[in-house]
Amino acid sequence: MFDTSELVINMGPQHPSTHGVLRVILRLDGEKVVDAEVVIGYLHRGIEKLSENRNWTQIVLLTDRMDYVAAATSNVGYCETVEKLLNVEVPRRAQYVRTILMELQRIASHCLWVGTHAMDIGAMTVFLYAFRERELILDLFEEFCGARLTYNSMRIGGLPQDIPPGWDKKVLAFCDIMDGKIDEYETLLTHNRIWLERTKGIGVISGPEAIGLGLCGPALRGSGVARDVRKDEPYSAYAEMDFDVPVGVQGDTYDRYLVRMEEFRQSLRIIRQATQGIPEGPIVGKVPRLIKPAAGETYHAIESPKGELGYFIVSDGKSTNPYRFRVRPPSFCNLQGLPRLVRGHLVADVVALIGSIDIVLGEVDR
Amino acid sequence: MADAPEHAPKAAAPTGPVEPAPPADAAIPAFITALQNGVSGSVAQLSLYLGDWTVVVPVSHLLQASQFLHDNAGCAFDYLSDLTAVDWPPRAEGRFDVIYMLYSTRHRHRVRVKVKVAENTPVPSVTSIWPAANWLEREVYDMFGVNFSGHPDRRRILMPEDWQGYPQRKDYPLEGPGELLMENPIDWLKLRQAREEADIE
Repeated sequence: MFDTSELVINMGPQHPSTHGVLRVILRLDGEKVVDAEVVIGYLHRGIEKLSENRNWTQIVLLTDRMDYVAAATSNVGYCETVEKLLNVEVPRRAQYVRTILMELQRIASHCLWVGTHAMDIGAMTVFLYAFRERELILDLFEEFCGARLTYNSMRIGGLPQDIPPGWDKKVLAFCDIMDGKIDEYETLLTHNRIWLERTKGIGVISGPEAIGLGLCGPALRGSGVARDVRKDEPYSAYAEMDFDVPVGVQGDTYDRYLVRMEEFRQSLRIIRQATQGIPEGPIVGKVPRLIKPAAGETYHAIESPKGELGYFIVSDGKSTNPYRFRVRPPSFCNLQGLPRLVRGHLVADVVALIGSIDIVLGEVDR
Repeated sequence: MADAPEHAPKAAAPTGPVEPAPPADAAIPAFITALQNGVSGSVAQLSLYLGDWTVVVPVSHLLQASQFLHDNAGCAFDYLSDLTAVDWPPRAEGRFDVIYMLYSTRHRHRVRVKVKVAENTPVPSVTSIWPAANWLEREVYDMFGVNFSGHPDRRRILMPEDWQGYPQRKDYPLEGPGELLMENPIDWLKLRQAREEADIE
């Protein structure tokens, strides 16, 4: 009578909704996903190996190329790890400026995320709105360091240059603009019926399971786990900032969306506090001219827009390059959860879920 | 370890990481004492550097110790932050350090677990304890050739399936093998040696 068999289809590596060169092999029963296999590595450039052959200052530039929509965060994470190895104290002014830059970067990254995620699901307007605000942040970065995408905006021990005069006023003015814009995005999406249909109950994962799978960042917080490196293991000036860690309840795509929307507001809160409280003082700590940390190893993690970004660096104490340079990429660990999330959903939901875990392939493959 | 001259042409390769023992007055965290008591013989070495605790575990005790660290209420290391390896080719007790960065979302503490293994020694896979280890172990296998036993899906992850060699090893050239290594490794070695000699001249 009827013959039923599983259909294997290939999504990517060149596909507009995979946010880069990601290949997903889907096994389908009708339109239902039975299983998915993720194939990565198309953007592998060997950044870890390359870093082991570059000196400590040159690596800052390479960290830009991992999460290229949040390059400043990767810069700070690397610099802080080396500062930990060198035992250098970073002046408070530099720490405050770093905090502002990282939070601006979080907003820029989330803008890109909300735009592309909504467009994947079919809401075109949000994409145009979100990129309009991202542009304002890129302008602020351009004024600070001259670049708009790969900033190279950090030096070991502090900042490459002080903030330009009047920059802090512009940051505060941006915060005022952004306040209203987040409400605009929410008006378009939060109570939109199509959006609710497409995101509620899609890719539900419980807290303990998300922890076991190694999910991090908003993908973990959406499942109700209040894990945020900024709160749990404070770095830069986060210990002095007052902010909340939003968590979801259901652990579905909608909750992950709500968590990130709230993170926009919390980031603005942090930026306001940090900008109004920038202390006077030097911008670079006492760093030796030839950077050569004593032999030893350390792991340092920060909260990037995608989750826990960790650096594990081993110095042999003799050469001017790290002996081992390892990055714990949050996108890689989040992407690992994708097959678990898509099982049992429709093909169209795969697109929603790839958007919902917010990956950057440059960081997944390094 | 003797200090090498500042710009020596070829400094001797380091033979292992520096693992300073904790100072006598350092308070050993409760989760390490619990591990020492819970799984006897599991802590071969203990070190503290820049506030990070590292426990060196014999590879035979790895699974048992991991299970204990995961399940014990005082340890509760439920989150595997990272899993990686470091290559120390000249080391006598085995060239690889396989390192597990553990974190507890309940107690908010961290520990590093380390096993030292030789090139062909299989390391038991911890995927049954932390599912997050799946891709991370695949990456370590891909980059270092560490042999994980009991892994559900041990394939290369970043490099192509038919790739020869393990890129993150210290004896793997930075410039990559080129086309020749893929086809004929012996000719490639000869060519490389000839090039090196030409450089010296």
